[in-house]
Amino acid sequence: MKILVCISNVPDTTSKINFTQDLTAFDTTGVQFVINPNDEFGLTRAMWFKEKQGATVHVATVGSTSVEPTIRKALAIGADEGIRIDAEPEDGLFVARQLAEVVKNGGYDLVIAGRESIDYNGGMVPGMMAAMLDMNFVNTCISLEIDGNKATAIREIDGGKETLETTLPLIIGGQKGLVEESDLRIPNMRGIMMARQKKLTVVPPVEGAEGTRDIRFERPAPKGPVKLVDPGNLDELIELLHKEAKVI
Amino acid sequence: MSVLVYAETENGVFRKNAFEVASYASKLAASMGTEAIALAVNADTPESLGTYGIGKVLNVSETKLNPFNARATASMLKQATSETGATVVVTSSSTDAKYMASLLAGMLKAGFVNNVVSLPEGMNPMVVKRTAFSNKGFAFTELKGEPAIIGVSNNAFGTVENQVTAEVQDFAPRLSDADFGVTSVSVDRVTDKVTIADAEIVVSGGRGLKGPENWGMIEELADVLGAATACSKPVSDLGWRPHSEHVGQTGKPVASNLYMAIGISGAIQHLAGVNASKTKVVINTDPEAPFFKAADYGVVGDAFEVVPELIEKLKEFKAENG
Ligand SMILES: Cc1cc2nc3c(=O)[nH]c(=O)nc-3n(C[C@H](O)[C@H](O)[C@H](O)COP(=O)(O)OP(=O)(O)OC[C@H]3O[C@@H](n4cnc5c(N)ncnc54)[C@H](O)[C@@H]3O)c2cc1C
Ligand SMILES: Nc1ncnc2c1ncn2[C@@H]1O[C@H](COP(=O)(O)O)[C@@H](O)[C@H]1O
Repeated sequence: MKILVCISNVPDTTSKINFTQDLTAFDTTGVQFVINPNDEFGLTRAMWFKEKQGATVHVATVGSTSVEPTIRKALAIGADEGIRIDAEPEDGLFVARQLAEVVKNGGYDLVIAGRESIDYNGGMVPGMMAAMLDMNFVNTCISLEIDGNKATAIREIDGGKETLETTLPLIIGGQKGLVEESDLRIPNMRGIMMARQKKLTVVPPVEGAEGTRDIRFERPAPKGPVKLVDPGNLDELIELLHKEAKVI
Repeated sequence: MSVLVYAETENGVFRKNAFEVASYASKLAASMGTEAIALAVNADTPESLGTYGIGKVLNVSETKLNPFNARATASMLKQATSETGATVVVTSSSTDAKYMASLLAGMLKAGFVNNVVSLPEGMNPMVVKRTAFSNKGFAFTELKGEPAIIGVSNNAFGTVENQVTAEVQDFAPRLSDADFGVTSVSVDRVTDKVTIADAEIVVSGGRGLKGPENWGMIEELADVLGAATACSKPVSDLGWRPHSEHVGQTGKPVASNLYMAIGISGAIQHLAGVNASKTKVVINTDPEAPFFKAADYGVVGDAFEVVPELIEKLKEFKAENG
């Protein structure tokens, strides 16, 4: 089985989000970039398929040279090969087109992407890719088992979960649940050393239209101070929620 | 030209978000000088969308679409888009809608934006405001080409009544075997409770509650308020509560009218997922807990004392106010 894990390079979850002075771009100054958490769960599941079922695992990222440390980290965790599509990932449709090309040329059986990138929260790349490639697709995937050509997946739904059956080739949008939190791996020294020797191919982008463009950003309105209510006077809280906030 | 809206049903009954996206679509259509057309699957009362300004409903009767199938639904919407000449397609931000809409966008090679919080600020080009960076910012996003797909954030727009008479038409989609390449084996869903996605009020508990045995009062509080229950990440990691209740940046997003955080510290990753809620209340013993900086109302106190008393007082309030 040949697996491609699509990895989005995102600000660490603890990052403060600032925009440039003219509010037209995300200000990356001082921001630490990491593997998108949803993709980290997927990568870890891919490692399980590699170790238990002999799968080959490649990772791909659309981005400039600045994303290479993130690809190297995925290689240090255990992926066999990296691919960087040399273009700025400015729009989901464009990114999906690039990754679809890699999938088509690489003959992958399983493509593991994430439910969403935690930065721009697009939530669209894996589904778009599946439609472009006419592959089966399961989103918000929290469990995946492969047996030959057959796949059993569980997806999260509003208020519960659903078990699904499908066949390879398959694309999933993964998230927490795909593996246990405790299974996530921190690259060790040996992994980091080995990653340096692993193949990282840079490919030029193919032509692809954009569906969207972010033209401006805004910070959320600053919050006023919290109104504290004495625990001995909960009637006041109810009054505030009823009359002031009008939510009950 | 028209605006097509996907009105979600569950076993024939419209979900609450169906009325919200219907309201959004009819307002949008009015501003464009065109009509809003809804597409519904196996709806028992398709004409009820008329309350929210929808003049025409395409109702699909197809047992194969129950339970929900994302790819088949996307194929169906693709056909409806071309038959109605829709230039905009509106969906909700439910888990199913997001799943379906990403496929639809790929099929149509269309621009797609999720988590949209208001009507477009401009139409030529179309620019919408959406949450980004897990609620740490907003993006104004231009949609290129036609059709454009807009996923409306839950509870952001609300329902707006505007009674018209809805003409109901049958719509028969052509579905292929490939549309059913993924099939449902079983659905495991709590049916007698409000889901986090649909809820106007969410009551959430954190590690401060000490153990799963103490969740009775959280559930009771949620019952009194007609709310959904949720939890912080460690609570689901510890197995105190199911994963489907985990909210935050790596869990479910919450955009309710009221979010009550009980025994939750307010870590940045938690806040990122719940900050879109309009009013936030925190109950925590530690006045230094970061959640107090993000909340509108706070009680510095022990949840084991505050919550039971709050339940009693809310019951009295409900009895008086109906
Ligand atoms: C990559 C990454 C992603 C993450 N994603 C998420 C996410 O999506 N969602 C999420 O929630 N977390 C997430 N986290 C974890 C997050 O950093 C925090 O660890 C977590 O939110 C803390 O949960 P908590 O507030 O329940 O527990 P704690 O931080 O332990 O806080 C418990 C709180 O309860 C209070 N308390 C104790 N006793 C009482 C009492 N009797 N009455 C009232 N209050 C009491 C305490 O004062 C304290 O403030 C993520 C972390 C990482 C690294
Ligand atoms: N630039 C990118 N390079 C590789 N994969 C990406 C990129 N952007 C998004 N993805 C994949 O698509 C998923 C969903 O991303 P998004 O649609 O941007 O929210 C991510 O979790 C990744 O798996």
